[in-house]
Amino acid sequence: MKLAFRHAVFAVVLTLVFGTEASAKGSGYLFVSSERDNAVAVLDPRSFKVIKNIPTGDRPRHLRFNADRSLIYAACGDGGSIDVIDVGKLEMVRRYEDIDDPEMFDFGPAGRFLYISLEDDSALGILDLTSGEMVAEIAVGGEPEGVLVTPDGKTAYVTSEVANLIHEIDIGERKIAANIVVGNRPRRMVLTPDGSQLWVSNELNGTVSVVDPGTRKIIATIEFAPRGFRPEQITPVGITMTDDGKTAFVGLGRANHVAVVDVGTRKVEKYILVGKRAWNGTLNRDNSRLFVVNGLSDDISIIDVQALKVIRSVPVGRVPHTVLIDD
Amino acid sequence: MASGQRVARAVSMLLVMSLFGVAANPVAAADLVIGYVEMKDDARYTKRRTFARYLTQALGRPFFGAKTALKEVGFHGVKIGAGFKLQRITARDEDDLLARVVAGNDAGIGFFIADLPSRLLGRLAAANKDRDLLLFNISARDDGLRQQNCAGNLLHVIPNDAMAMDAMAQFLAMRRWRKILALVGPFPRDQALNGAFERAAKRFGLKIVASRPFVLSNDPRQRRQNNLALLTGKEDYDVVFVADGDGEFAREVPYATARPRPVVGAEGLAATAWHWAWDRHGAPQLEKRFERTAKRPMRDGDWAAWLSVKAIAEAVQRRKSTDFAVLRSHLLSPELVLDGFKGNRLNFRPWDRQLRQPILVGTHNRVIARAPIEGFLHKDNNLDTLGFDRRESHCHLAR
Repeated sequence: MKLAFRHAVFAVVLTLVFGTEASAKGSGYLFVSSERDNAVAVLDPRSFKVIKNIPTGDRPRHLRFNADRSLIYAACGDGGSIDVIDVGKLEMVRRYEDIDDPEMFDFGPAGRFLYISLEDDSALGILDLTSGEMVAEIAVGGEPEGVLVTPDGKTAYVTSEVANLIHEIDIGERKIAANIVVGNRPRRMVLTPDGSQLWVSNELNGTVSVVDPGTRKIIATIEFAPRGFRPEQITPVGITMTDDGKTAFVGLGRANHVAVVDVGTRKVEKYILVGKRAWNGTLNRDNSRLFVVNGLSDDISIIDVQALKVIRSVPVGRVPHTVLIDD
Repeated sequence: MASGQRVARAVSMLLVMSLFGVAANPVAAADLVIGYVEMKDDARYTKRRTFARYLTQALGRPFFGAKTALKEVGFHGVKIGAGFKLQRITARDEDDLLARVVAGNDAGIGFFIADLPSRLLGRLAAANKDRDLLLFNISARDDGLRQQNCAGNLLHVIPNDAMAMDAMAQFLAMRRWRKILALVGPFPRDQALNGAFERAAKRFGLKIVASRPFVLSNDPRQRRQNNLALLTGKEDYDVVFVADGDGEFAREVPYATARPRPVVGAEGLAATAWHWAWDRHGAPQLEKRFERTAKRPMRDGDWAAWLSVKAIAEAVQRRKSTDFAVLRSHLLSPELVLDGFKGNRLNFRPWDRQLRQPILVGTHNRVIARAPIEGFLHKDNNLDTLGFDRRESHCHLAR
């Protein structure tokens, strides 16, 4: 009786947190990088307790799955490495070393090359994952941050926080094809699923610029005004877009909110209160849950996307950066 | 890294750099030259003083800050084919300074970063008030330059005394350490700091329970002014505030007070424009770049020199021009957005041309608070709780 009740509770929690996809193919584990812990924490999908800390190089930040989600790549800024974690074994299986302060990265479409912003070198590095060699470094503006490779693999976009630019890089030629001036301290980018709009967060201006990649012009600027916050506290960084391209979630940093933006109208529909300094978000596979990482309250907020409400917040490591869900 | 890989990396980097070089700088002729003026002899940078590493003093010439910025602005002029250059003018004396600034201006330099003591800076500004010229003040903190002696061709990047002391007072008020013992030196800078602190104490509700003059001396006849046990005895207080323009006396105060109380002002805890240990808003990256160039930590003047170059580059990028009048109007505009790596968007107050900015309140190796402290609010911009707000200003410059 007691046991049955417990199972029932688990089932309810599972449905609450993962929606209807509770029995999807992955392990359900959450993987969270923490800048101050030098580890990627693995969280149980039911209890949300840390079941394992996988040691990595110093200051792990950005995390990405490979295409079949068997591996996680972690950029370790102070360690100067890209560490590879085996999702099945929950341990580190490879390390690409001598990479100077990697921050964010993206894969090429074939998964062979990794395009990495190298903060210290002010360059976009192209790492051949097979040979382990850095095959090129393309000089860009200071403090390169967000990296986005187009699905056709021909173009990489890189933001430079110091130069207020998106660099459009021709991957074939390995050179800068164009520089698009955006707001101040541009951080992260997303491309709409149809490829027609490139969204970039301008942390210092507190805005998102919508760029037409064809004309390289800014076609709209989205502003944010959550109640009770001063303009200087509105510091957008992470942008997460649903797979259908209809909704974007923008982490507003110091304003401790996530803005829900209708991509069609570019209107902010709602501000959801989360933890302190909300930067990165990740959607689960069926887009029913959004996981938001709060860097300065050392926790993640789990949002029900249908209801646009936080249903749970979960403590993680010190200064968490990115979360992935193996669902 | 294997040596083969190093070679491959070097070759590809070279190739890429040369391509990039061509794209980035098609018209070298349109380079914008920024002047940088300083005095060959400047008491603030004597070896003895920099060696001592006083909490509020420079560790070296701020020129390294400008150099660091120069490496960051390679792309700001790309659209119009403009690059940036620094022309350093190290003057032998006042007349040399005045003559060389005029010569530089005649040769087309409109923007000068000025690392000068306040009297000299005031004189330079007055002598050039009818020229197309802007001076970026990176080291003169005197309130007078923002008040009765303000000038239309001065942009103050360095915070003034009132801003720093307001930040300190906000911090003490937040801690509720309200009873202050002030120790005040005999020199004009000591007096200026004390005046600014008294003003701040009044604004934020601190009580100066006693104010005692100190002297740097071992003379037993002056023991009431040089013996810390006597200077800090009698009254009770929460904090000792030391008004010391250089820091030589202040250095002796911590752990020498009659009561076990924290020391603030020129030692212990200081209010500064920059702090090497600030770890938010991208600050560690800037600090790292600066240290690579300067081989020492960054301090206030270095930061101000760095930001001055960045401000000019920002104006060039946004206005797509190197024309003096166009850039000047952008620099003075409320549309200006500067990234000082301290969180807020920065721009200049229209009434006295002082850069609005957060102040870092820190010890020798830690930033304890960033002012404006939470809870100190202003109707327009919380940064204007620090220093002279419009209604307190005696300076009313027109754009």
